[in-house]
Amino acid sequence: MEIDSRSPGFNSSNQSSGRGWRTYLFIVTAIIAVPMLVIFASLLQPFSSAWQHLFDTVLTDYITNSLLLMAGVGVGTLVLGVSAAWLTAMCEFPGRKILSWAFLLPMAMPAYIIAYTYTGILDFSGPLQTALRDTYQWQYGDYYFPEIRSLGGAICMLSLVLYPYVYMLVRVAFLEQSTAVLEASRNLGKKPWQTLFLVALPMARPAIVAGVSLALMETLADYGTVAYFGVSSFTTGIFRTWYGLGELTTAAQLCAFLMLFVFALIIAERWSRQRLRFHHHSAQKKMVRLRLKGWRSALAISVGGLIVFLGFILPATQLAIWASVGWQENINGDFFRLLFNSFSLAAIAAICCLMVAVFLAYTKRAFASRMELGAVAVASLGYAVPGTVIAVGVLIPVAWLDNQIDFLSTTWFDYPTGLLISGTIGLLVFAYLVRFLSVALNTVDSGLTAIKPSIDESARSLGATPSRVLSRIHLPILRTSLLTALLLVFVEVLKELPTTLILRPFNFNTLAVRTYELASDERLVDAALPALAIVIIGLLPVLLITKSILNERFSNE
Amino acid sequence: MNKQLILDKVTVKYDALAAVSDATFSLAEGEIGCLLGPSGCGKTTLLRAIAGFESLSAGSISLHDEYISTPKRTKAPEDRAVGMVFQDFALFPHLNVRDNIGFGLSDFSSGEKTSRVLEMLELVGLVSVADRFPHELSGGQQQRVALARALAPSPQILLLDEPFSNLDAELRTQLAAEIRILLKKNKVTALLVTHDQDEAFAMADKIALLNAGKIVQIDTPYKLYHKPGSLFAADFIGKGTIINVGIDAAGLLGNNLGSLSINALPEDLGNTVKLLVRPDDIAYDESSDTKLPIVSKSFLGPNYLYELALKDGQRVPCLTHSHVDIPVGDELPVRFDLRHVVIFNPD
Repeated sequence: MEIDSRSPGFNSSNQSSGRGWRTYLFIVTAIIAVPMLVIFASLLQPFSSAWQHLFDTVLTDYITNSLLLMAGVGVGTLVLGVSAAWLTAMCEFPGRKILSWAFLLPMAMPAYIIAYTYTGILDFSGPLQTALRDTYQWQYGDYYFPEIRSLGGAICMLSLVLYPYVYMLVRVAFLEQSTAVLEASRNLGKKPWQTLFLVALPMARPAIVAGVSLALMETLADYGTVAYFGVSSFTTGIFRTWYGLGELTTAAQLCAFLMLFVFALIIAERWSRQRLRFHHHSAQKKMVRLRLKGWRSALAISVGGLIVFLGFILPATQLAIWASVGWQENINGDFFRLLFNSFSLAAIAAICCLMVAVFLAYTKRAFASRMELGAVAVASLGYAVPGTVIAVGVLIPVAWLDNQIDFLSTTWFDYPTGLLISGTIGLLVFAYLVRFLSVALNTVDSGLTAIKPSIDESARSLGATPSRVLSRIHLPILRTSLLTALLLVFVEVLKELPTTLILRPFNFNTLAVRTYELASDERLVDAALPALAIVIIGLLPVLLITKSILNERFSNE
Repeated sequence: MNKQLILDKVTVKYDALAAVSDATFSLAEGEIGCLLGPSGCGKTTLLRAIAGFESLSAGSISLHDEYISTPKRTKAPEDRAVGMVFQDFALFPHLNVRDNIGFGLSDFSSGEKTSRVLEMLELVGLVSVADRFPHELSGGQQQRVALARALAPSPQILLLDEPFSNLDAELRTQLAAEIRILLKKNKVTALLVTHDQDEAFAMADKIALLNAGKIVQIDTPYKLYHKPGSLFAADFIGKGTIINVGIDAAGLLGNNLGSLSINALPEDLGNTVKLLVRPDDIAYDESSDTKLPIVSKSFLGPNYLYELALKDGQRVPCLTHSHVDIPVGDELPVRFDLRHVVIFNPD
């Protein structure tokens, strides 16, 4: 990241415009930080009697379950992600190229969708158990079958769809490892497999930690899976405290405690990304992959294939089968309304995120001082904050504001306004902005670092006006990044469940909400159509990443 | 003398393309050799073949009387006692200096290991930074860690792949001289790869000059400079210009360049030859009647390097003290001092 670029961007020719720009930056950051501040401020409020109740009953469950969930998903994503990365980056076997992009497919599958799909497959009345009973003439109770709707089941489901985070980062780490370092280990007398454990894996450790941290952030943010499986965790607890007990403050305080976990993960992730710098070698020779032969090759193909099969192919096929049942009736006006709602909401949110991201990225580039960088960093923390927490943090101040407006309006004009802002699309979009801004910001930012300040300066010295620099140099270079940012936010919004569930306007349904509702009502077959729509759209960013993976520099002729 | 390393007609192919062909070279125990050549000449390939990272298509490599590479069998890199200092040093980023140096000492007991690592740290003068990580070291320190790590298991030969290319120009020659002293003192047989003749001259007892995958000359630094065996060698080593010049049976050169002693001449000489003129072959002489017009000049600090035009327009270099300051366009009085010029038949 370009931190040393103190030389300003094209827009800092005079002091006053710089100051105005900075003011906007701090206003934007402050507004984006409101939900977080509200959550932490809730700790200053008195702890109500509901806490005693929580303490006596479910709080221990929330904490132990969340910890167990994190431990399980941590191990699961670690094992799956690192093996997948090692197979495709360091080994050569038939099908390696296909697997290297197929390993990303589970990313398209939101956890709550894979959870209910597997429930359908593995339940008592599902195809697997039915087939077992028919084959062996078993009756109910004759045999043991693992219960998918459990903590263990949730760990499996989340691991199956979250390992790509580990896979992507570790794969790049393996590919970027200097060949010379691995050769140095051989030269000093270590066998290839010793080299893997003594050198390659330890060097990839920062990438592993960063990847697992991201997967765990998603785990903490997950609501759909744990709620559907009936596992009491922090997120389900927040929902229950709020909707069940009606204790908004207590819910906010629970959110604040959840954030402690989140911050631990943020610190782990940031720290390891810093370490990654030291582990990066630029000198590259042709990568020589370990050629697997015979049974080793067969093992690699079957392990890799099994991961992709369980994480994507099987659930996607099941969804397609369900969706094909009675699709004529299900594709109707309601379904198109659902599509329209989801798409327009996601598009609006994506455009808002992109605009703010472009503003922040340019500010960061122009004024690379500690203050501004700090502000931008605060604004981009949302990716780590669970949607449930953001929703609560958004709702509390807005409810207060609405009540004030209503009160004033009633006293002064004798006209009750009711809830003016709560339950509007605008508020929902704002929550998405807080949560997904960093997705857009990272993409725009990395595009922008490709344009060094010296490029601006050389264009200016060749007589280009600032606007010409923007249109002729920045836009063409940034175009791909901007489109990518739009697409990524669009898809994230489309998949997002808890934020939408809490903040959506009354009777406003999206694909994600409808899928979740139908699945909760055990209408698995009906839920398949909106779920399949989400999965198909979720494939778009996967294709995008795939493209960059296939363009990899490393070949093995 | 006992040969430590013998390369016999070594050929290495990438697909059908030969990166190195028919390379024959040997090093005696304690000798420091150098593979010198322009980039892409195959010198690094040859070094990697000795380390066991490339297989041979023909020929053989033996180390301490044992064949380590033949077309049929390539002994695994980890099983040959070859130490290597990599171009980018290739230090293990996750290990500190001590553990980097100790990495190859798995056969040692832990007590032996500690004392060997300490010995190495002392050898390269890094005891004070033993617990630091590679990214906390300067380039020169990193290089010394790489050297200590490669030497720790007492390899039968040390390979150095462009070991100075990642360092500042000032550091290079100083370090090259230091490392030579260190290697000599410890009687290490070493082979260096470089494209920089100054490094080669500073380090090596013996230089193999490579061009396009072939060894074109093996000689001491002095002979390589003063008696280049080919036009390529003459052109690659040192500064100088090659001119075409007529010569008669008596050894008298055209262009008023004077005469060469007949017994220094090759037998089958035509009536034109190619002549290598080094800047110190033409001396400034105030009293000389031979005056050549100055085409250009560059100031080098202690010297001026003049470019002079001969009668037929060919140009030759001339090195003078920097006090001899004559403007471009004027004439410089010179004396030809063609004692060790090198001539070639034109081909």
